[in-house]
Amino acid sequence: MSTVPATRSAALALGDDALILSHRLGQWAGHAPVLEEEVALANIALDLLGQARILLSLVGDEDELAYRREERAFRNLQVVEQPNGDFAHTLARQLYFSTYQHLLYARLAAGGGAFAPLAAKAVKETAYHRDHAEQWTLRLGDGTTESHDRMQRAVDALWRFTGEPFQPVEGLDAGLGTEADGQGVDWQQLESDWLASVSGVLERATLAVPQGPRTGAWAAGAGRQGLHTEPFGLMLAEMQHLHRSHPGATW
Amino acid sequence: MTGTASHQDWPLWEVFVRSRRGLSHTHAGSLHAPDAEMALRNARDLYTRRSEGVSIWVVPSAAITASSPDEKDSFFEPAGDKPYRHPTFYEIPDGVKHL
Amino acid sequence: MTALTHATAAHTPNGAGAQDEAAYQEAFDAAVAADERIEPRDWMPDAYRASLVRQIAQHAHSEIIGMQPESNWITRAPSLRRKAILMAKVQDEAGHGLYLYSAAETLGTSREELLDKLHSGRQKYSSIFNYPTLTWADVGAIGWLVDGAAITNQVPICRCSYGPYARAMVRICKEESFHQRQGYESLLALSHGTPEQHAMAQDAVNRWWWPSLMMFGPPDDESAHSAQSMAWKIKRHSNDELRQRFVDIAVPQAESLGLTLPDPDLRWNEERGHYDFGAIDWAEFRDVLKGNGPCNEQRLSQRRRAHEEGAWVRDAAAAYASKHHPGSSTRGTHPGTPSDARTGPSDTRTDSSRDDRHTSTTDSDRGRTV
Repeated sequence: MSTVPATRSAALALGDDALILSHRLGQWAGHAPVLEEEVALANIALDLLGQARILLSLVGDEDELAYRREERAFRNLQVVEQPNGDFAHTLARQLYFSTYQHLLYARLAAGGGAFAPLAAKAVKETAYHRDHAEQWTLRLGDGTTESHDRMQRAVDALWRFTGEPFQPVEGLDAGLGTEADGQGVDWQQLESDWLASVSGVLERATLAVPQGPRTGAWAAGAGRQGLHTEPFGLMLAEMQHLHRSHPGATW
Repeated sequence: MTGTASHQDWPLWEVFVRSRRGLSHTHAGSLHAPDAEMALRNARDLYTRRSEGVSIWVVPSAAITASSPDEKDSFFEPAGDKPYRHPTFYEIPDGVKHL
Repeated sequence: MTALTHATAAHTPNGAGAQDEAAYQEAFDAAVAADERIEPRDWMPDAYRASLVRQIAQHAHSEIIGMQPESNWITRAPSLRRKAILMAKVQDEAGHGLYLYSAAETLGTSREELLDKLHSGRQKYSSIFNYPTLTWADVGAIGWLVDGAAITNQVPICRCSYGPYARAMVRICKEESFHQRQGYESLLALSHGTPEQHAMAQDAVNRWWWPSLMMFGPPDDESAHSAQSMAWKIKRHSNDELRQRFVDIAVPQAESLGLTLPDPDLRWNEERGHYDFGAIDWAEFRDVLKGNGPCNEQRLSQRRRAHEEGAWVRDAAAAYASKHHPGSSTRGTHPGTPSDARTGPSDTRTDSSRDDRHTSTTDSDRGRTV
């Protein structure tokens, strides 16, 4: 792995996505609706944490990066930092993110760039995450009246975070090889693939595809620029507290 | 509508795992799932999280017909007095090979 | 103890008289005496069945309640490596709960029933989980001491007379071998770390030592279920015997950790070939068991809340199944349900090829005749 700054920032962006979503899923431990789902959610969280550790290690010390950065230095998408809410919100978040991650990693794996070996492994994991999210979206959407309403509220509520993933990530294209190869990520294509896939799942789940805007109105930017939502600061405070209380300690 | 015990408990499934290619599926345990698709996924998450398998079957527990212990004598004992089904029943002179 | 009326006598032929009953009892006793395993469809005494359900259920409840004190630290784990380990461990506990509920279900009691008994306080879980995890070091102490004690208790159950329970325990013990090790390793890092970390580790061991010894249950002469369980080979060693075994293992481990155990009476007894240890505060044990521990209320209400808040999810999946897979959503306790839930080849990484399916003999544990 080269340490080209652009590649580093891409590793940071993808690594932070995985790190933060893994943390959110970890909060489900002991709270899942059924024991089988405790095991499933933990598997996904562990896959993501594994990805995060590899990606962050490309940039520097994984713990230094996870525990000692300030909020504004994190580059994860806002969608992954959203609180768990009810099971429907968690699954809507899973659907949106895992579809994106799977489509992106499939391209990275095929591209042969710096992220290809990592993506080749991760794409199998993300395929499973995506399947898990789709299966549950179908069941919640087309289950009971209550579950349908909850799932509709959840997909609506998170819709405005679904534009951000398709802003080009600095360095990711560079990671795919030389510019001359023309192997960069086609972000527009990625986005239309995502839309087609997610809309298809929502429709099969008898849910309405949300119609609202897919990005916030704030011109300053979003997660990839280090601008996060309020719950993120609280999450980080909890996550980093112990580590920061013992500077220099090893665990 | 929530709060009361669910009237629609998820059914029970039996899980069979092939630990590696070339071996048959063996019974690994059971789990609850609302349907076959979820049963398969739950089985993957629960019974192969330490790389225990390359293939999984799930079967509704209710679909299994099992022999009863009461039938043990009639089912299994008659096989006990037929030693001629086993190769060790036959005496072969020393020195005969490939038999 | 309540009799499990619905679950019993499923395989006693109709109209079996006292004579048949005696013959069944004799066959059962002979099998236990010969160290053979009792399997679900075998005849068994009602009290044996009830005793197993009680013990397996309590064990299963302990696994899932036991997730709470540790998951309390997942979001604060101080390194990503420790976080991954802890998540995997808490996940295992959910898995172990599942294996055990499954074992209990082979006796004719559904998981829903057992959870209901847990939630309403009619069945217990291990009292150890009514203690709080106040610092990160508690996670290490639980791994080392609580899992250590649990393993000491559980290894003999791998040879328990009831087949499904024994098989579940084999799987659990195999998977749990990492649980104790990670706890020890974590405490070792703390003990050899900064003075603050060392103090944190010592404090945790001080708080968890005595409750860990209580995990083996009351002394043999006061243990309500012990003698019968031993006779049935559900249990293989007495409470005091296992407790002593644990102390003998733990003392040198504490030394290697550079930590002390909070018992001034702890010393090697050359004559007995064992460590002597001080008197256990059984009043505290009984008080915690009664519900007066620091976390009883908290543990049970979190458990209830998770179950209640999950009801709409479980209902949704069941409703979806009855719409899209009619016939597959009846409970496993009803035999003869048509299995028409044929799904196409799945895109998960499984290759359940149908062509060789008929070669598999289904040696099921289930005796779900109603």
